Amino acid sequence: MENLELTASAKTPEVIFNRENGMLRLKGRSIPENSIEFYKPLYDWVDNYSSSPNQETTIEVMLEYFNTSSSKCLLDLFKKLERLNGGSSNVNVHWYFEEDDEDMAEAGEDYQAIIKLPFKMIEIKEI
Amino acid sequence: MPLSNIYNIYRTMEEENVLLSFKGIVTSELLTTVLNIMENKMHTLHESPVKQKKVFNVLVECLQNLYHHVDPNMGDLTASRADLEKQSAIVLVVRDANQFIIRTGNYIENRKVSKLKERLNTINSMNSEQLKCFYQERLNISTVSSKGTAGLGMIDIARKSGNKLDFEFLEINDQTSFFCLNVKID
Repeated sequence: MENLELTASAKTPEVIFNRENGMLRLKGRSIPENSIEFYKPLYDWVDNYSSSPNQETTIEVMLEYFNTSSSKCLLDLFKKLERLNGGSSNVNVHWYFEEDDEDMAEAGEDYQAIIKLPFKMIEIKEI
Repeated sequence: MPLSNIYNIYRTMEEENVLLSFKGIVTSELLTTVLNIMENKMHTLHESPVKQKKVFNVLVECLQNLYHHVDPNMGDLTASRADLEKQSAIVLVVRDANQFIIRTGNYIENRKVSKLKERLNTINSMNSEQLKCFYQERLNISTVSSKGTAGLGMIDIARKSGNKLDFEFLEINDQTSFFCLNVKID
């Protein structure tokens, strides 16, 4: 199985999903008009990965912005990882937000309220 | 149109502190460009990063509402002028003394007005904590339409702006109204 690597665009984040170390990273901005088109290959990759995952899986969400279309897609991605967690892999979420960005911190809390995965909130100077 | 009208339009926009404006059909490319221009403008205005992000976020949702409002089958060259106008919208980004205001206007079918009005009134009746719960609830149960909309846009706009949404529906004829939205961002 291959790693999934996509470079960032004006409306979509950089994606690095690494099979070997179980590190799944989204970085940048996610504001496409139709986010399903963008997230579909990510779901497929995670489904595939889930059949023989790394013992530890960490999703690093380092988003500067995301729109409401993406917010639903992110939730669906977390739900896939939630199903994976506890079985053959331990899944952790690292939620990054920029200094003083309360909106992004709150967005992390929104997912935390819905998804049963351990969240680590990480404040950094700049994403 | 007399040429002096150009000056009148300019004066109106100047007096209203318009930073950026657009009238027409909102396309994906236009969205990218407008967001890019707005980001650069805010950068040169030395706004705090927090404010820049809020304005950017709200603008994304407002523009994408207008974008999704365009019927993809109607934008072709064979469409009549009247049909094209129905697809058209206006966006104004205003910078007042200490706040940004995003104003949008677009046509809406009269039969859809009451549902949207009800939704906006519900959102306006909530405080920030209630909005947060409402958003989480909708996020969890909503599905993304084939167009990519999740029905969360207005809640998100209200939440991020920190203000009530000012709106008005102007009835144009027995089928169409013009929906005006005014979002203040502190």
